[in-house]
Amino acid sequence: MVVASTETAELEVVDLETTSVRELNQRLHDLAGGAPGPRRFRILNPSGAHALACGIDAELEVEIEGHVGYYCAGMNKLATVRVHGNASTGIAENLMSGRVIVDGNVSQSAGATGRGGLLVVRGDASSRCGISMKGIDIVVGGSVGHMSAFMAQTGCLVVCGDAGDALGDSIYEARLYVRGAVAGLGADCIEKEMRDEHVAQVAGLLEAAEVDGDAGEFRRYGSARQLYNFKIDNAGAY
Amino acid sequence: MCGIVGLFAKSSDVEEHLGEHLAAMLVQMSSRGPDSAGVAVYRDPAPSGWSKLTLYSANPHEHWGAVMDGLRDAFGGCDEPSIRASHAVLVAEADAAEAEAWMRSNRPDLRVMSAGEVIEIYKETGLPEEFAAAFHLEDFMGTHALGHTRMATESRVTTEGSHPFSTGLDLCLVHNGSLSNHNRLRENLRREGIEFQTENDTEVAAGYLAWRLREGATLEQALEGCLSDLDGFYTFAVGTADGFAVLRDPIACKPAVLAETDDWVAMSSEWRSIAVLPGAPDARAWEPEPGVVYVWEKAKV
Repeated sequence: MVVASTETAELEVVDLETTSVRELNQRLHDLAGGAPGPRRFRILNPSGAHALACGIDAELEVEIEGHVGYYCAGMNKLATVRVHGNASTGIAENLMSGRVIVDGNVSQSAGATGRGGLLVVRGDASSRCGISMKGIDIVVGGSVGHMSAFMAQTGCLVVCGDAGDALGDSIYEARLYVRGAVAGLGADCIEKEMRDEHVAQVAGLLEAAEVDGDAGEFRRYGSARQLYNFKIDNAGAY
Repeated sequence: MCGIVGLFAKSSDVEEHLGEHLAAMLVQMSSRGPDSAGVAVYRDPAPSGWSKLTLYSANPHEHWGAVMDGLRDAFGGCDEPSIRASHAVLVAEADAAEAEAWMRSNRPDLRVMSAGEVIEIYKETGLPEEFAAAFHLEDFMGTHALGHTRMATESRVTTEGSHPFSTGLDLCLVHNGSLSNHNRLRENLRREGIEFQTENDTEVAAGYLAWRLREGATLEQALEGCLSDLDGFYTFAVGTADGFAVLRDPIACKPAVLAETDDWVAMSSEWRSIAVLPGAPDARAWEPEPGVVYVWEKAKV
């Protein structure tokens, strides 16, 4: 672990060529609950390693210089994690609060089951982006792949590009906003009216994500609420 | 879970160090596949009119010289065997298919891992790192290579059940995933005359490709046929004499990442394997689309 004397003494530089992922994560976990220590971290040489900067419970700023592997920044509370590269499966999985910002593209299941906070993907997200999201907001600067927002429960998914097939399949109450083309809607997902409150919501999320875009160009999709309510007429089907 | 790696050299420097890079990529995939490991390396073309067989023997004291003598008697010429652990490469003055057929009828105790003009396949049970050391992967120079690390789900952990699988002359297949209709498909393919030597699901995919190619399909057509005829999860990488192809099933549960620089094209299950290559941080990297066939060949680069 190297403490660099940069412009602020509070910045700690961790090189994963010489430090293990466990040591790094333990160091970040030890700062939970306002424990004394640096508040800013710079991670070098991630080289696609899994489970980086996850399980944080502190207002930390973590910058990762390169591509990361699976489940980066998962389960975090309060922290801001920036990935200056691409991310593999499950970035910001089960995020509780705080932010995760990825400069590049992300693989499948980004923001899966996230309960809060904001995930920003400046590039494209692959399939199943926002699967089973439960309160997280996700802003994607590019496009998302098939089965995005599958069984999404609450929170917003904002897609500045296009969406792949079966968007919002079996969706509950999440709000989906897409600026480009939608290849196809999943079961029980329908287009809905874009009212002023929705334009304002998209504008707010784009601003929070620092992503350029005209909120008025987005269309809204959500649940037709035909699938998840038990209906006595369907009793024979169970 | 399994790991797949592929490397295609675009510069002579990468060709010279192909095996070293391949070994480094393979070892990174150990956690995805600690049961077995294997590689297909495309190198040292056999002279015109000659062909190359990679053979496996379960007998650690195999007398490979006798195999060479048998090929000499049958076909005329055969070079001294090049032995690596349990495998040996024999270059004989014969058509590849004829040499393979001769081997199957005269030495049924040996397993033909590959046949062709440029391909060599080596595979064995055990950790990728042990495999790379035992087979001296770092020695290999060549144009391109595929590798696989296996975590078995559908059949036993054996040398024969390891990947890559030969799918015809100079062709091979590595697979991450599992197929659910392999039993029925195997029976159908047997009726078409395709032979199977294990209960492994990937061998069925390899047999399917071999059958489609035999019936006149191009490699791309054969791979596209997988989308309708194979049921299950897969990321496939197929090695050919000139390059390699990649295909993911339409659901795309199994991972794959592709990357390219001026010096190489690489594919892997995860970025970790590509991160070990020279110039990786500046490579163009992307995820292959589900249900789309990607092909790299020497002539096209």
